[in-house]
Amino acid sequence: MHKEILKRFRDPELGRQMAEQVRERLDRLTDRLGRRVNVMEFCGTHTAAISRTGIRELLKPHVHLMSGPGCPVCVSDYVDIDRVIALAGMSGAIIATFGDMMKVPGSRTTLLEEKARGADVRVVFSSLDALAIARENADRAVIFVGVGFETTAPTAAVTVEQAVQEGRDNFFLYSLHKITPPAMMALLPDRDLQVDGILLPGHVSLITGRGYWDFLSRDLALPGVVAGFELLELLSAVDALASSLLEERCAVINAYGRAVREEGNLSALDALARCFDLQEGHWRGLGIVPASALKLKPELAPWDAEVRFPLENRPAAPPKGCLCGEILKGKKTPFDCPLFASRCEPARPVGPCMVSHEGTCATYYRYERFIR
Amino acid sequence: MCLAAPSRITAIQEGGFLAEVESFGNKRTVGLTLVPEAKVGDYVLVHAGFAVQILDEEAALDSLKAWEEILAAAKGGA
Repeated sequence: MHKEILKRFRDPELGRQMAEQVRERLDRLTDRLGRRVNVMEFCGTHTAAISRTGIRELLKPHVHLMSGPGCPVCVSDYVDIDRVIALAGMSGAIIATFGDMMKVPGSRTTLLEEKARGADVRVVFSSLDALAIARENADRAVIFVGVGFETTAPTAAVTVEQAVQEGRDNFFLYSLHKITPPAMMALLPDRDLQVDGILLPGHVSLITGRGYWDFLSRDLALPGVVAGFELLELLSAVDALASSLLEERCAVINAYGRAVREEGNLSALDALARCFDLQEGHWRGLGIVPASALKLKPELAPWDAEVRFPLENRPAAPPKGCLCGEILKGKKTPFDCPLFASRCEPARPVGPCMVSHEGTCATYYRYERFIR
Repeated sequence: MCLAAPSRITAIQEGGFLAEVESFGNKRTVGLTLVPEAKVGDYVLVHAGFAVQILDEEAALDSLKAWEEILAAAKGGA
C-alpha cells in the first residue's frame, strides 16, 4: 500500500501544478522583500533530494535554497577523525563504522587508507552488526564509531544497553553523535546569511517531534517547516514556508505528517536521556559548539571508547584551500571552492562534504554541475 | 546518514527485539526496540538497522487529498 502512496508523492503532473503555485507565491514574496527569499535546508538528505528532483534548478529564479550543516559525517572534525584513526592502530582492535566514515580525511589519512595498511576496519550498516562482531571476537576490543544526529543516536544507545545487558565487555562506543539545535543557534542568527526561513530535517523530527523546533520561532523569530523527502513533500514544504512568510506568521509547521508526530518517538527520546549527556562538541566549520555532543553517561564509562582508550589531543590543520567549513555554514557554495571538481571529487575527496552521499559538494558534483 | 526506507514488518521475533521487514522485495532483520508498539503489517521507517517510526497511511492519504483539492481549486479558479 505504502508503495502506491509513494508513487503518488512523486507524481510529475501534480508536481508541475504544485511548482506553479509555489513559484507564484515566491514571486509575490520577492516583490515584497525586494530580493529573493533565503531558505536554508539544514539536512544533507534534503540537500540531495532537492537537487535530485530538480527542485533547486526549477526554483532558482524564485528562491535561494542554501545547503546547511546537516550532514553528520561532514561536520565530524579532524580532531575526532584523527583519534578514531589512532584507535584503529591499537593492537588487536576492530573498528566498526558506517561506510561514509571510511573516506573522511583526518589531518593526514583516512580509515580506508589505514585499512589498506592493515588496520582491521569494518563497514557496518547498524550498531547491532558491530555488537555481533564483538560477540564473534570476544578476545578483541570492538569499537563502534557512531556518527549521526538525533535520528541515529538512539540506535547506538539501545545497542550499548544491549551490550550492558549481555555483559559484553569488549564492545565500546566512540560517540560522534551530535544534536542539531545548538548548530542552528550558532549559525542562523549570522547576519551574513540572512536566512528567512528553514526547512527542518524530517528524520531528526521522527525522533524529536515537531515541538522540538519551537525555539526557532520563539528565540530567533524564524518560521520553519518539517519537510519530507519526496517531490511533492518538498514542494509543499517550500509552499508552506512561503505562505508563512507572506502572512508574516512565525511558526513551526509539520509538513511531514505521515511520519512525524508532535511529541516524536518517546521510546527513542527515553533511550537518549538514559544513555547520553550533552557536552561541548567539535563541529567542522562551526568550531566548538557548547552542549551539542552526545557522550555516554559516566555510569556507562566501561563501554565508552573515549574513556577506556584515552588519547592525546593533537590539534590538526585542515587541508589547504578546502572550503568545507564555509560551505557547511551556507556562506559559500561548492562552486566557490578552487578544489571542487578538480583536485577534490568523490573518488578522491579532499574535504568531508565530498565524501558523504549527502555532503553538499558530493550532491552538487552529481547534480548541479554543467559540463561546459 | 539520515536516509530512512519505508519497510513492511513481516514477522516479529520472540522477545520483540528484532523484526523481519520487507522493502521493495528486499528482506532484512532490524531492531525493534525503538518502536515497541509496532505490529506485523505496519509500515515503518528503518534507519541504521532499526525501525524508528511507524508510518501513518491515513496522514499520507490525507496530504495527497488536500494537495489534489487545493490544486484542482487553483486550476478551476485560473
